[in-house]
Amino acid sequence: MSEVQQRSAIPGMTYRQMESSVELDHIPHPEHEELLTLNLGPHHPATHGVLRLITTLEGEVVRDIKPVIGYVHTGIEKNCEDKAYWKVIPLVERMDYLSYYFNAMAFCGAVETLLDIDVPPRAQYLRVIHMELNRIASHLLWLATGGLDLGAMSVFWYGWRDRDLILDLFEMSSGQRMHPRYFQVGGVAEDIPEGFEAKCRAFTAQFPARIGQFEELIDRNQIVLERLRGVAAVDERTLLELGVTGPLLRAAGNPWDLRKAEPYCSYEQFDFKIPVGTVGDNYDRYRVRMAEMLESCRIIEQALDGLPEGAYITDNRKYALPPRHELATSMEALIHHFKLVTEGFRVPPGEAYYPIESPRGELGCFVRSDGSSKPARVHMRDPSFVNLQAFKPMVQDLYIADLIAALAMLDPILGGIDR
Amino acid sequence: MPDATGLELLAGELRDADPEAVVGTLHFRGKGAIDVAPSRIRPTLRFLKERGFRFLASVHGLDYYPEEPRLGVQYELLDMRQVDRLTVRLRVPTDAPEVESVTPDWPTADHQEREVYDMFGVIFDEHPDLRRILMPEDYEGHPQRRDFPMGGEAVLFTHNEPHLPGWWQP
Repeated sequence: MSEVQQRSAIPGMTYRQMESSVELDHIPHPEHEELLTLNLGPHHPATHGVLRLITTLEGEVVRDIKPVIGYVHTGIEKNCEDKAYWKVIPLVERMDYLSYYFNAMAFCGAVETLLDIDVPPRAQYLRVIHMELNRIASHLLWLATGGLDLGAMSVFWYGWRDRDLILDLFEMSSGQRMHPRYFQVGGVAEDIPEGFEAKCRAFTAQFPARIGQFEELIDRNQIVLERLRGVAAVDERTLLELGVTGPLLRAAGNPWDLRKAEPYCSYEQFDFKIPVGTVGDNYDRYRVRMAEMLESCRIIEQALDGLPEGAYITDNRKYALPPRHELATSMEALIHHFKLVTEGFRVPPGEAYYPIESPRGELGCFVRSDGSSKPARVHMRDPSFVNLQAFKPMVQDLYIADLIAALAMLDPILGGIDR
Repeated sequence: MPDATGLELLAGELRDADPEAVVGTLHFRGKGAIDVAPSRIRPTLRFLKERGFRFLASVHGLDYYPEEPRLGVQYELLDMRQVDRLTVRLRVPTDAPEVESVTPDWPTADHQEREVYDMFGVIFDEHPDLRRILMPEDYEGHPQRRDFPMGGEAVLFTHNEPHLPGWWQP
């Protein structure tokens, strides 16, 4: 048998030593000689990606926790500075890979603010339909993987089943199941095809019953209830200080939702409620998200009912591609098409911050333009990145098994955290 | 969104409290921004916090290359009661990129200031734990600066780690 060759990045130095900035100091304790430092992740099925948690344990109780992130940092923000505005959309969609429509919406909204152009009502409604479908899909994936973390295997399969119905709808409207590049600056890329509305209505008609099935599986399951109720509660004040938004904040009783508070994309025209919790424990987080899915379902139905006729993208040819048929007859359209596809449109200098309500909280896109056809800075205020800071107050002095449950209910997406 | 008049009134109040705090104001696309001297950022934000802007939504860094001073830090403040947003901006040069940290007042700024430090090299004084957050700890340079090149960097794999010259050395 040949000798196994030991490879080390730095000869004579272990990986532990290389990470010198992570404090692993001896924590004195009256009874125990030393507290155990346990490394969780980055490759761990319960960390929902490549989150690494360095935990300090006293027996089974978590006394300290340090998240280490950056394992999927891909430099998307830097890459955006080298792309024309419309080519940035597919890039930002890949940040938080479960809420791609929201990333595109935040970016397009910021650019539209800088350009000062209006989005036609039909495009706004189509955006709302796709964003709310995306919110349901994202919450279903949270439910599925969260159920898996708690040992509820069937919830995992059923969550995937229903999410697939939504991805079918996305495939129908844009050709892609994920990262569809459907939202464009000034509107959406294409009108919805024939049959989309019927299929979407079929989904919204059966979805409340599906939620009922999930609730039957979970709501009276003693194991799930004991692992969620009263666990990892954080009060509203702490959450606000830590900048936490979204279902986590609403679970603590604060009804802050940007769709209601600062309506964008014609959300003010829909009738929906903001579910809130009472104490902000894991159970409230679970209930708030379940109720949100039903509210999203209502919004989709209203948007389909009231879907206005008209253009699906702005008719300002300086920013939106001309329709295909015009290219054969109109020289002007051909020039616009050529300019848009080669150089892209130019954006007047300025800075804009456009916040929207993503499934995880306030997703803000900051865009700075220097007047050229490429953004000078694109920054996403990703809710997962900020919400992760609340993880320590959540799980401190809890059992390590509850840490897994709390992480599942925190719903971090590492693609969004690291960008 | 404070209108242009409201923004000027707010800036006037800030000037009354500290004559050197406010450098300028900007009202653009329906949103107000206040430019602040970097040394006055903490008292200014504390003042605005008492005025109702209790929620710090975002901290982001910018590089205004080739303008001087190059680096910028922006704080997006939010008043949840009045539903009002305000941007507080500051600029620092690359040779003295020091800004007072606001993490003691706003714990949410912890990760975000670390990100700005990581990407732009802005040093936040009195930040409790200022170290890189997204880039590897032995990384040289601040990649989001505009003069930092894109591409050309060898990808580290386990098999080429020992051959890439000195990537771990300080």
